[in-house]
Amino acid sequence: MIFLRLFWEFFKTGLFAIGGGMATIPFLYDMSDSMGWFTHNDLANMIAVSESTPGPIGINMATYVGYITGGEVAGIPTAVLGGLIATIGLITPSVIIIMLVALVLESFRKNKYMDAAFYGLRPASAGLIAAAGLSVTVTNILPTTDAGLLFNWKGLILGIIIWVFTNFVKKTKKLHPIVFILASAVVGIIFPMG
Amino acid sequence: MKKLWELFITFAKVGVMTFGGGYAMLPILQREIVDNKKWVTEEELMDYFAIGQCTPGIIAVNTATFVGKKIKGILGGIIATLGMVFPSLVIISLLAGVIETFSHIEWVQNAFGGIRICVCVLIINAVVKLYKKAAVDKITLVIFILVTLGSYFISVSPVIFVVAAAVIGIALKMWGGKKK
Repeated sequence: MIFLRLFWEFFKTGLFAIGGGMATIPFLYDMSDSMGWFTHNDLANMIAVSESTPGPIGINMATYVGYITGGEVAGIPTAVLGGLIATIGLITPSVIIIMLVALVLESFRKNKYMDAAFYGLRPASAGLIAAAGLSVTVTNILPTTDAGLLFNWKGLILGIIIWVFTNFVKKTKKLHPIVFILASAVVGIIFPMG
Repeated sequence: MKKLWELFITFAKVGVMTFGGGYAMLPILQREIVDNKKWVTEEELMDYFAIGQCTPGIIAVNTATFVGKKIKGILGGIIATLGMVFPSLVIISLLAGVIETFSHIEWVQNAFGGIRICVCVLIINAVVKLYKKAAVDKITLVIFILVTLGSYFISVSPVIFVVAAAVIGIALKMWGGKKK
């Protein structure tokens, strides 16, 4: 039965992919080879789509794969159900594991070893996010479709403007992040960044 | 019941406003969960991200489960997670038929060209905020710098950095005495 299979395949992905949505991609390639639900080419499209719709990438991919795989059962359109089941499969292992971790954390909250561990963990956590931020910034600023340029200068200018508005302009720095995201989408449409 | 509904709606909002991966969600989480709802502190959010890096699954889901669990127990964790994935389910299911063409439309691509730049800046702002809370003395400053450079230049699993940092934290606090 396709739905059990979908649940199981995504359950395995959710269980073994460590480090966020992008870590699910190798598992999806494997799924493409072993299940034949979609081709590598389909997968490349799915990644592009998941990146260009709201929501965490891993979830978007699971919903999309489940949707196209769920298709039709006995003439009844069941694509939405397929998407739902794949997504539930993906999140089930982490929900269970996090519940267990949370229980342990709560009972050791006052423990001085736990406290010391988090003393070291917090700057490491911030460092990992900083490195990820640095790498997306570099990939977005450096390349350009225009071969004569060294970096995406329109993107760089937009970035600096947003940085100033979010940090230094009193009237705008308290605005919700989504305001800047939507404004940047409009700027992107008017002045394509390549 | 009201709390559960609030969890669902809040995380659905976070899901809708996240463009990209788990990291892109961080500035939105800081605004909605830390500043507006005050469900968790900045430090707790950092702890969840650190743990989310070394446990299986998607960081967005891990964080939602953690916050939901803290606010309203096991059911809260489940409801917050479902809230987080709900927008994706709806949006992808609606777009699935036209999706291949959708992501190739020129203005959609251009819009995302702008959004990607904005998300970079928002992540940098979020990191600066976290940095101020995390690098509280010389030792933590060194850990921050080492992990940032190490994770950027060497491609090893984040699990190694997280575990090493925890061990260093324990070693320094327990046996290093009170040097700060």
